[in-house]
Amino acid sequence: MKKQILTLLAVGSIASSAFAETMTFDFKDPKGVNNATFTLDAPLEAITGSANGVSGTVKFDPAHPDKTTGKIVVDATTLHVPNPMMKEHLHGDQWLNTAKFGEITFEAKSLKNVKTKDPTTTAEATGMLTIKGVSKEMTVPIKLTYLKDKLGLRVPNMKGHLLVIRADFKIDRADFGINPGAPADKVAETIELKLSIAGASPTR
Amino acid sequence: MKKQAIGKGLRILAIIVALAFVGTWFALGANTGWTKTSVPVTFVDEITGIESQTWEDKFVPGLEFLGAGLLSAAVLGGVSLFFRKS
Repeated sequence: MKKQILTLLAVGSIASSAFAETMTFDFKDPKGVNNATFTLDAPLEAITGSANGVSGTVKFDPAHPDKTTGKIVVDATTLHVPNPMMKEHLHGDQWLNTAKFGEITFEAKSLKNVKTKDPTTTAEATGMLTIKGVSKEMTVPIKLTYLKDKLGLRVPNMKGHLLVIRADFKIDRADFGINPGAPADKVAETIELKLSIAGASPTR
Repeated sequence: MKKQAIGKGLRILAIIVALAFVGTWFALGANTGWTKTSVPVTFVDEITGIESQTWEDKFVPGLEFLGAGLLSAAVLGGVSLFFRKS
């Protein structure tokens, strides 16, 4: 009898993990904590800025993190650098032309090299990065941290889970038509991008 | 005589402008980068551990501010040479 109960429990736990729910995490953050930062070298000092207009959704199943897909959107008009003239150039035609191309997006299609050590998963996400209307397939190292039942700590009276995504990668600005005429000895070709964002998945 | 007084006045003004710009640049941080009108304020979200950044309005003069001031002083000093005793 005891053996039968144990067998039933084992089968039950396997069944529940096999059918673990895929959750949709919303990354829209009215508090502005979610942010993307960028850095590129220049002779006088490195140019550093950030954007906090982050949104998007990611589908994540903690039992199958390799099946994660989603799209993250950064509102390019929220990009900020501390020098006003530099900011004007950044948003202008030659650089990001944010009046015409208001969004920077990354749409992840698949994950590989997935390694999980609860609650964190590291992987390489392959997807399309779109900047200034130019799309390029890229593979980007990411780190996912699943915070089960922690939504209530962030938003009072709400139940649910949080998913934190961190990414750190580099792009060449010429690949996306970002001021390709600017000489590399004046402004570096390579831009380092960092993403630190948290999404929420409320439960009923 | 009047010409010399103008020249002297311009040289004094050049010195004041130079000292004012150097003093302001030095007092506000002696920033050797570009002039900034905001500075980053970093904080860590205690729930998610995300390090985030907001911007606080603050004027931090940089090298182009200093350069503009010293150039202005140099122009004033240069103009003063036209008002020397001939």
